[in-house]
Amino acid sequence: MKHVGKSYKKVDAKTILSGRAAYTEDLIPANALVIKILRSPHAMAKILDINYAAALKIPGVEAVFTYKDVPQVRFTLAGQTYPEVSAYDSLILDQIVRYVGDAVAIVVAQDEKTALQACDVIKVQYEVMEPVLDIHTAIDHPTVVHPEDDLIYNMPVGGEPKRNIACSYSRVVGDIEAELKACDYVVEDTYFDQATVQSAMETFRTFCYIDQFDRLVCTSSTQIPFHLRRHLARALDIPASKIRVIKPRIGGGFGSKQTACSEMLCAFVTWKLKKPAVLIYTRHEANNCSTSRHAREWNIRLGATKDGIIQVIDMVALSDAGAYGTHAFTTFTAGEHKSIPLYNKGKAVRYESKIVYTNHMAGGAFRGYGATEALWPLECAVTKLAKKMGMDEIELRLKNLIDVGETSLVYEPGEVLESGLLKEAVEKAKQMARWDERPHSWQIDETHRGGLGVALAFQGSGVAKFDVASVEIKLQDDGNYTLYTGSTDMGTGSNTVLMQMACEVLGCPLENMTCYEADTDVVPFDPGSYASSTTYVTGTAAKMAAEELRSKIVATFAKYLDVAERDIEFDGLTARTLDGSNKTMTTAELAPKLVVSLGPEPEQLVGFATWGSHTSPPPFMVGIAEVSVDTETGQVTPLDYYAVVDCGTIVNPTLAKVQAEGGIVQGLGMALYEEVRYSSNGHLETNNFMTYKIPTRQDTGRIHVDFVESHEPTGAFGVKSIGEVVINTSCPAVQGAILNACGANLTTLPMISEKVFHALMANE
Amino acid sequence: MDVQLKINGKVTKVSIEPDEMLIKTLRREGFYSVRCGCDTMNCGLCTVWIDGDTILSCSYPTFRAVGHEITTLEGLAEEAAILGDCLASEGADQCGYCTTGMMMSAMAVRRKYENPTEEEIRDYLVGNLCRCTGYESHMRGIVKYLEVMKSQEVAP
Repeated sequence: MKHVGKSYKKVDAKTILSGRAAYTEDLIPANALVIKILRSPHAMAKILDINYAAALKIPGVEAVFTYKDVPQVRFTLAGQTYPEVSAYDSLILDQIVRYVGDAVAIVVAQDEKTALQACDVIKVQYEVMEPVLDIHTAIDHPTVVHPEDDLIYNMPVGGEPKRNIACSYSRVVGDIEAELKACDYVVEDTYFDQATVQSAMETFRTFCYIDQFDRLVCTSSTQIPFHLRRHLARALDIPASKIRVIKPRIGGGFGSKQTACSEMLCAFVTWKLKKPAVLIYTRHEANNCSTSRHAREWNIRLGATKDGIIQVIDMVALSDAGAYGTHAFTTFTAGEHKSIPLYNKGKAVRYESKIVYTNHMAGGAFRGYGATEALWPLECAVTKLAKKMGMDEIELRLKNLIDVGETSLVYEPGEVLESGLLKEAVEKAKQMARWDERPHSWQIDETHRGGLGVALAFQGSGVAKFDVASVEIKLQDDGNYTLYTGSTDMGTGSNTVLMQMACEVLGCPLENMTCYEADTDVVPFDPGSYASSTTYVTGTAAKMAAEELRSKIVATFAKYLDVAERDIEFDGLTARTLDGSNKTMTTAELAPKLVVSLGPEPEQLVGFATWGSHTSPPPFMVGIAEVSVDTETGQVTPLDYYAVVDCGTIVNPTLAKVQAEGGIVQGLGMALYEEVRYSSNGHLETNNFMTYKIPTRQDTGRIHVDFVESHEPTGAFGVKSIGEVVINTSCPAVQGAILNACGANLTTLPMISEKVFHALMANE
Repeated sequence: MDVQLKINGKVTKVSIEPDEMLIKTLRREGFYSVRCGCDTMNCGLCTVWIDGDTILSCSYPTFRAVGHEITTLEGLAEEAAILGDCLASEGADQCGYCTTGMMMSAMAVRRKYENPTEEEIRDYLVGNLCRCTGYESHMRGIVKYLEVMKSQEVAP
């Protein structure tokens, strides 16, 4: 192939790396009012009174808004296709505040300093309630986090908000207890993952203004322009046609910007005051007042017969939705499809959770979206099972690994794994790590031990039967092309990848195409970039749109060159006749003729396609971690990480590799460094980069990534996805490596030195 | 208060608040390569040079810069383009938000060490956080850039 499989630099690299204006903050209109949010110091309280008279007296303060000023229509901030699975449980401002940091009042001023001054003089009287801070006591707690009667579910998700149950899910296939009894080996453990924070380097930020048609224009660092427009319409109680959402270049997302955040507050101010306004979250606000991964406590049991077959997978979780139900149900259910099918030879499966409201910051979407959480206990338990059985951890996995054409107890009827070079990936990873050639546990020096650990992972590619993308490609009047997409490149290079796929069909170089993205007034609908969907879903739509445009162009050339369509050879820019007439014509010559009434049939040529998939083909990854453990302090140092990914056809190898490296290191952060700690009264103590330690370049060890390329029959050119699967192996692979190194069986994240040290002491 | 600043070799008169940090002044003057990623001096996104040394402009009062040479990425455009190209060829730009600050440290490392080892580069750039890349592509890009600069015999 000409473009697919080639490592192009990202089309916007030069501009971005020269520091030119590109991000939301670089584009704020002059004289935009500055917004600051007064936030709750209490984890659960009812506002009895807000007195902001003193704030309004400060010169430069434009307005203060409270819960009394906002529309009383509940909505969800979750970026999901309508009808959203997440409960409508939020207001722009509510009389009840549900976590420390929840919004109490919106302060609008001429500049930041004045707005902050105004925040300081607002007097709020609260009725403070006993907060719900422990998932174990959340259900039927005397405090109801969402006592309101106007909370709406679009579909049944097992929610009982009056009992603090946001939603619940259970799937049981087969007889768990009977099958466990019949097993020769059973392992059981409780694992806990934390509500880690995505920590995109660019915090949440939005500016809004009113355009010449009296419409609201919302420019925001978002992954979901169309969902956001719909949410804004509901929250502000105005028609969506009155709203335009524009996403400029964004500084990272990792799922955090799949949930609206700063947008509602800023849009409300501009709509109310009809003046431009801007809201930029501080790092503290970004980490404390947005959405995180969901914390879950997992009780897992695995049973195997002595022939090495895993007969039972029993996973029961208690999940922390936090204060709002954003992505609460879907992150849990997504985890099922992306973990359990790995091992499909057994007879019984249970996958179950109550997802409870608490007075913590709400959970949301974070790269991996439930799969990372589910694979953590599953892969740790598989390693534990292998040890118990005296089997090599990889051998046990290979014996139980799903194969192409096979189904799973949790697949839909008729659903099978359609592609994947799973065993090949495992073999390759073994070779990279020299798994068979060396011990998996060794003494490095007097005080350090080394260990190897392994984990496997699936993910999905898009949301099956739900998310649908449209792509439009125009032949412009100068003979070049413009591709229009509502997907949102957040730095991954998805615009470049879409162009590679479209240019593969058209035949032209990338230089002859422009990609215009994420402006709801201009581009066709796309759910946005999340769920590892852009290359697979939007990319396939891009290929189809390019095919339609190409056939229209060829037909038009045939008319202009007076030959049959089959006698046209077209390379994307130039058409040549093949009937011996030896005529040529370029798109630059053709296109101007199509937009004046001189030619045979004026018609600007456009290719358009809409595509969604019946399935969400899983990419696959093998991760092998090599760590060193200081047996005197418990300090774990990652040395090397060996990874092999099967993401189907690779469109851009360099960008795919960086996706993998970046995902692995985010996973290492979750595994080893990123601790989420609440005080006893519900203050998030780890809400900045001083206390929430994402990995630096000295904390990662060396990352080695390779690929095997299967061909996914449903995706354009055989593509699947890469964005999320790559974060899923780090935690369990590191856990296994620590276990092998020193015998410490860690069950909670992050695996910091204190925990390793205590586990070592306990073993002694 | 009105002060004179020398930014990228050019003397400019600017009006600042007494407690204003340099990042705010620079961004207001249109130097958008300087970005803010945290409130706690942890991320390194706002890295610029004062008299050739890297500093965090988020916590450097503007008045302190009076009489000193301030350099941002825009002032090193030619060299930044070479480094940028080396990084882009490794896909190391990703979201790009932290990259310009990191590039200021990378261009400084070439001036601090004659032939920096990977260990020295990692050590010098440890304060420049990145959430996208996992850092490996940064290293590949920087090593490439150092080779290019050497082959072109550009003096630090």
